[in-house]
Amino acid sequence: MGTLRGKLLPPALAIVFSALLCGIALVISGANPLTAFGAMLTQVGEGTTLVDVVNSTGIYYIAALAVAIGFQMNLFNIGVEGQYRVAAVTAAVFGGSVTLPPGLHALAILVVAAVAGALWAAVPAILKVTRGVNEVISTIMMNGIALGLAAYLIRADVFGELRGNNIRTPEIPSTGWVPGISFGSSGTVFGLVLLAALLGVGYWIMMNRTRFGFELRASGESSTAAAAGGISAKKMVLIAMLLSGAIAGLVAMPEILGRDHTYNLNFPGGIGFSGIAIALLGRNHPGGIALGALLWAFLDKSGLALDNVGVPREIVTIMQGAIVLSVVVAYEVVRRVELAAEQRRVGRQTGTAEPVGGAA
Amino acid sequence: MRRRMRGIAVSAIALTSVLSMAACAKDTGGSSNAGSGNTAGDGCTLAAAPPAAPATSSSDDASAKVDGSALKVGLAYDIGGRGDASFNDSAAAGLDKAVAELGVKKENVKELTAAPNEAEDAKQTRLRQLAGEGFSPIIGVGFAYAESFKVIAPEFPDTKFGIVDATVEGAPNVTPLVFAEEQGSFLAGVIAAYQSKSCHVGFIGGVETPLIGKFQAGFDQGAKKAAPEIQIEDKYLTPAGDFSGFQDPAKGQEAAKGQIDSGADVLYHAAGASGKGVFSAAKEADVKAIGVDSDQYNQETVSNEKDVIVSSMLKRVDVAVFDYIEAVAANNLSSLPAVFDLKVDGVGYSTSGGKIDDKLKTVLEGYKAQIISGEITVSATP
Repeated sequence: MGTLRGKLLPPALAIVFSALLCGIALVISGANPLTAFGAMLTQVGEGTTLVDVVNSTGIYYIAALAVAIGFQMNLFNIGVEGQYRVAAVTAAVFGGSVTLPPGLHALAILVVAAVAGALWAAVPAILKVTRGVNEVISTIMMNGIALGLAAYLIRADVFGELRGNNIRTPEIPSTGWVPGISFGSSGTVFGLVLLAALLGVGYWIMMNRTRFGFELRASGESSTAAAAGGISAKKMVLIAMLLSGAIAGLVAMPEILGRDHTYNLNFPGGIGFSGIAIALLGRNHPGGIALGALLWAFLDKSGLALDNVGVPREIVTIMQGAIVLSVVVAYEVVRRVELAAEQRRVGRQTGTAEPVGGAA
Repeated sequence: MRRRMRGIAVSAIALTSVLSMAACAKDTGGSSNAGSGNTAGDGCTLAAAPPAAPATSSSDDASAKVDGSALKVGLAYDIGGRGDASFNDSAAAGLDKAVAELGVKKENVKELTAAPNEAEDAKQTRLRQLAGEGFSPIIGVGFAYAESFKVIAPEFPDTKFGIVDATVEGAPNVTPLVFAEEQGSFLAGVIAAYQSKSCHVGFIGGVETPLIGKFQAGFDQGAKKAAPEIQIEDKYLTPAGDFSGFQDPAKGQEAAKGQIDSGADVLYHAAGASGKGVFSAAKEADVKAIGVDSDQYNQETVSNEKDVIVSSMLKRVDVAVFDYIEAVAANNLSSLPAVFDLKVDGVGYSTSGGKIDDKLKTVLEGYKAQIISGEITVSATP
């Protein structure tokens, strides 16, 4: 029971705290916070917003899972951003240039995306295990290279084609599309949102029910102890990074196979960075990440309503930042409080009520 | 261990966006057309100037006053929105003019702005909000809205949509408002060639997209036409897909410095807000610059550097937006030109600041007449 409280209380506190913070910011800027939050809530029922939230949740969820796998191994994969972009271009080019039967075509595109993402992540992984290069630095640099590579690949004289003032990869034929679940005028849920859910289940099984998951967590907790237990930390780093990259490669697939059918200049960026925040918020737990992704998607999509009530939409960005910062603080506070409570309880039971000091 | 990692994670999040921008800032498609060039400072050997343009009788038919008081006008800006001192502001000026001259009521105007890196559905939601509230016409500022119009326009067949910088196929209720940027930029290239002392000029584009490529293409052709031996530096701040190149004056300044160091002494930018950095670098090195989109000499955000601005390539988004609103009010969309080019003054050059003398002006008008008559065709790709 205490552990459940320890898990749920911090994010709840963080959300309330950041809502308060934004409320104060709104009051200072002369707007009514209640109108603003009310507009955000009612926006969910408008147009396609609810469906957009669901779609966006799925996309954020995949990105956050990719980050979380790295976190489990104590790897900080900032490169999700670049991995999903490179994977998206590669998969879009591949999908637009081959002819395959329906179903198989989409499957092949997904495999190509995952492989491309994994390969892009392999560079920092290999650098880390062979030369000890910090993955934070190398993945950030790979992000920069990814942007350049993607821009090169969609040039009209390479793989892209010019459409007015936009450039895009050749359109993927309908055999490669993944049909969605249509709600008429309320929008269409991407079929691949289900893939996100499957990935979540797979992630949970892998971490909690397989030897690999155990070894991963063990190496993450203490690489020396794991090594003493016969686990090669290098192998774990390599596998974790490749897995993380493969999942990252799938991030853009719901949009590309479900709606756009091409990679173009309007490709959304920043999902990888949001994934880091969401993985932190969800503490690498598949359920927690799902809630985090839902919250992020809700803030993103319903924030569009703020323009209608004359409130700057950027308040949502402030809120997201505040949530991440305060969730870290809140976890620490709750952990210390629980530690102290535990000590008091043990002290009462053993009769030696001598606190050892709450600090860690 | 865990805790330490979290600490790293948080600080890294803060750093990430900054670093990743920095990482991709370097070296994007810079190329210099190396050559001997003359650095004597006497300017270029200029090609023979075109014949002076015949005096044109300004065909300003005082159009009948159109009443727009019944219109509800919605504007969806691209990244930056009103106040970007560039593209979006130009659209806003057109809207303001419609409010002032056509009697469009202020309370019947709604303006929304895109966020950087937003997903496609956010654009659709924005347009749907406007259309759902009964706004018509609705103007999307920027080609980024093209895909969204494809979805939204059929949903609201009775609403009139206009889109700047793009053509939407298969949607009869979407009016394209596109420009011949390469024609205006051609004249900017001519100005640069005539103003350069080292016979060496530079182009700085914000993001390497096909749209900005039109600016480069026109500029290069114009400079070469006026001075066949001229050296031209071409540089883009960020690759396609990373739109930070339009919002980063520091990057603009760095790129401009590089071009000045290699000898260029007239710089033309098509880099949105990054252009401010180009002007700063030009002022520091005491060279000249050419602005873009609006008459930048008169812009407040760059008023400190305005004495380096010899001219600006005008892309009259304001004219297009105003004309479009007027055409909707008069219910006569066919009156709009297919392309806002030199002929209809959809693009052009500014003379504010007095740096363009009468002689150069005659030359420019000569080239302009040749482009309009079709004697010179300006290619839209570099």
